[in-house]
Amino acid sequence: MKYVDEFRDGDKARAIAGQIRVEADPARTYHLMEFCGGHTHAIFRYGIPGLLPDNVKLIHGPGCPVCVLPIGRLDMAVELARRPDLILCTYGDMLRVPGSGRVSLMKVRAEGTDVRMLYSPADAIRIAQQNPDRQVVFFAIGFETTTPPTALVLEQAKKLGLTNFSVFCNHVLTPAAMHAILNTPEADSGALQLDGFIGPAHVSTVIGSAPYEPFPEQYAKPVVIAGFEPLDVLQAILMLIRQLNDGRCEVENEFTRAVTREGNAKANALVARVFELRKSFEWRGLGAIPESALQIRADYAEFDAEKRFALTQLEGRENKACECPAILRGVKNPRDCTLFGDPCTPDNPLGSCMVSSEGACAAYYSYGRLSDSTKGESRIPAQEVSA
Amino acid sequence: MSRPSLGLNLRTGRVEMVHGSGGRAMAELIDRLFAQAFDNEWLAQGNDQARFSLPPGRVVMATDSHVVSPLFFPGGDIGSLSVHGTINDITMSGARPCYLSAGFILEEGFPLADLKRIVDSMAAASKAAGVPIVTGDTKVVERGKGDGVFINTTGIGVVPEGLDLSGDKAQPGDAILLSGPIGDHGVTILSLRESLGFEADIQSDSQALHTLVAAMVEVVPQIRCMRDPTRGGLANTLNELAKQSGVGMQLFEKRIPVREPVRAACEFLGLDPLYVANEGKLIAICPQDRAEQLLETMRVHPQGREAAIIGRVIEDPHHFVQMETVFGGNRMVDWLNGELLPRIC
Repeated sequence: MKYVDEFRDGDKARAIAGQIRVEADPARTYHLMEFCGGHTHAIFRYGIPGLLPDNVKLIHGPGCPVCVLPIGRLDMAVELARRPDLILCTYGDMLRVPGSGRVSLMKVRAEGTDVRMLYSPADAIRIAQQNPDRQVVFFAIGFETTTPPTALVLEQAKKLGLTNFSVFCNHVLTPAAMHAILNTPEADSGALQLDGFIGPAHVSTVIGSAPYEPFPEQYAKPVVIAGFEPLDVLQAILMLIRQLNDGRCEVENEFTRAVTREGNAKANALVARVFELRKSFEWRGLGAIPESALQIRADYAEFDAEKRFALTQLEGRENKACECPAILRGVKNPRDCTLFGDPCTPDNPLGSCMVSSEGACAAYYSYGRLSDSTKGESRIPAQEVSA
Repeated sequence: MSRPSLGLNLRTGRVEMVHGSGGRAMAELIDRLFAQAFDNEWLAQGNDQARFSLPPGRVVMATDSHVVSPLFFPGGDIGSLSVHGTINDITMSGARPCYLSAGFILEEGFPLADLKRIVDSMAAASKAAGVPIVTGDTKVVERGKGDGVFINTTGIGVVPEGLDLSGDKAQPGDAILLSGPIGDHGVTILSLRESLGFEADIQSDSQALHTLVAAMVEVVPQIRCMRDPTRGGLANTLNELAKQSGVGMQLFEKRIPVREPVRAACEFLGLDPLYVANEGKLIAICPQDRAEQLLETMRVHPQGREAAIIGRVIEDPHHFVQMETVFGGNRMVDWLNGELLPRIC
């Protein structure tokens, strides 16, 4: 596949990994956070940790949309789904996340409610047109990447004059979460070891690289924006190591084939027409963060499910033993959780990080247990390694 | 024997509750549709059961229910799929498939023309494979209680002398072979989903593999085990075999054949082809010293032209399946987690 295979080339990977080993200073440890779940997934899927020296540590950030949604918001969606004559539409991963009392949308669907999985929010419009006698709600989640499509369907719904369509908006903002990570008590006390960020790929195509500029300036943390292919990730790690070794601290862009400083002006204008900042939004693991999420503007109030159905904020019940909140803050590893692997597995997730393939726990479970069992030693017969 | 016609119209008619009631309408449907299409001496006996003798050897039996949606897809339909699926389940033991049964659950209102198309396709698949459908059953459920048509097929076959294939026989050092590119069936079905709206230049690989298997076991009777990687794909099937045999497996991603449109569709949808369903592929595990000979035999057969040795069985107390990625890293290939795809078989 053109423009994909080039970024998965094994020879180039070995060359960059070799360079990382040469340049990484053995006298220090590099703690690098990949903010985005897309990176977490790529890192495990392609076996990147095995290519890195032991003193380059990757910390998994909170950039997994289903992971950071607080249980209370999911409980609100469950409540919506249970209303008679309502069709709740959302993205696939959201269906499996357990809410309070481990009730997921999947379980609610088995009760006989109408919960549908979407690949595109545009399908929610079509469902609304096909079911004029029923209310259709799009349960919208995600960072800046999924926000423009939601804005588009809100504009479309207004144009079409749909009276049975609305959006339960849970869109959140990446830079706000990065600020929050650097302002937790753990960050203040030094419990959070963090030397730099691997910046998001798709989010940055929308918002551009400029919104990351405060991190080197205010917190002395370098940022390298990276694509989602494995070579992108390795190259970004090398660029971060070079910044740290040189004593530089800046925003660099590895993903120049898609990200500019200004981002996608058209998408940002669209989002600004439809959404405005929420005063505060609750994040799983990070708590309430001011101006960290979007809400639907008054012009589109008739399509705001929170207003149409007079939803009230619910207080979710977390499983006390679940370490998702600390994992999302970057201060714990999935292996530190007593529930990890037994009983919490991707088939039986107790916490949100075990649900999505972008969640740190699911990635560790599906890909990472191997390195635990081999302790980094490859058991591939030597003659077959490059067969 | 001829009964007066009750006006069954196979072009414009629809399934009615009366077609499952056991009365004359049901008899007419069976006579004019199923019996004519499947047409064989056992059905012609007109009994509630088929009586037959089997050649000597151990008898194997397998059953499979088919609920695929949509019912018709490029490369096949629920009818041919239901014949191929059960033949393949039987034949993975090394057995020669002999007879099939077919049970239909029809939804009231289902167009008889579609039913005829499905039954004709089953009959064609069964004749092409040389495995007759010798007994059957039809039930009708009320509108809204089914999804057009569900088909269960059960098959019986006989294992030739000298063969003893089983999923618990893989041993460290054995070679793992795959008969061809993976993911064709699952991606074909997914691409037809109304909500996806993309076209893929690909068709289902639905096919009966018994002639390929017959050629393989004749040349290499020492094959330890075979399995067709249907639901859950290659990844799940290898995990099943690893667990059953108490071994680990080492795969090499670059040796696993995947067609370009399948790779592209998986990339687009965020799927891993290792987990996508197949309906006409098999995995075989055999002693390393017979692997090349088995591979050659497979490649001579039209269904194994793109066969490959994709890895080897290793010792591993965890029974992990691992894979050297095209990128050079080694990763685990876990069991399928959760399933949100539509019904695919």
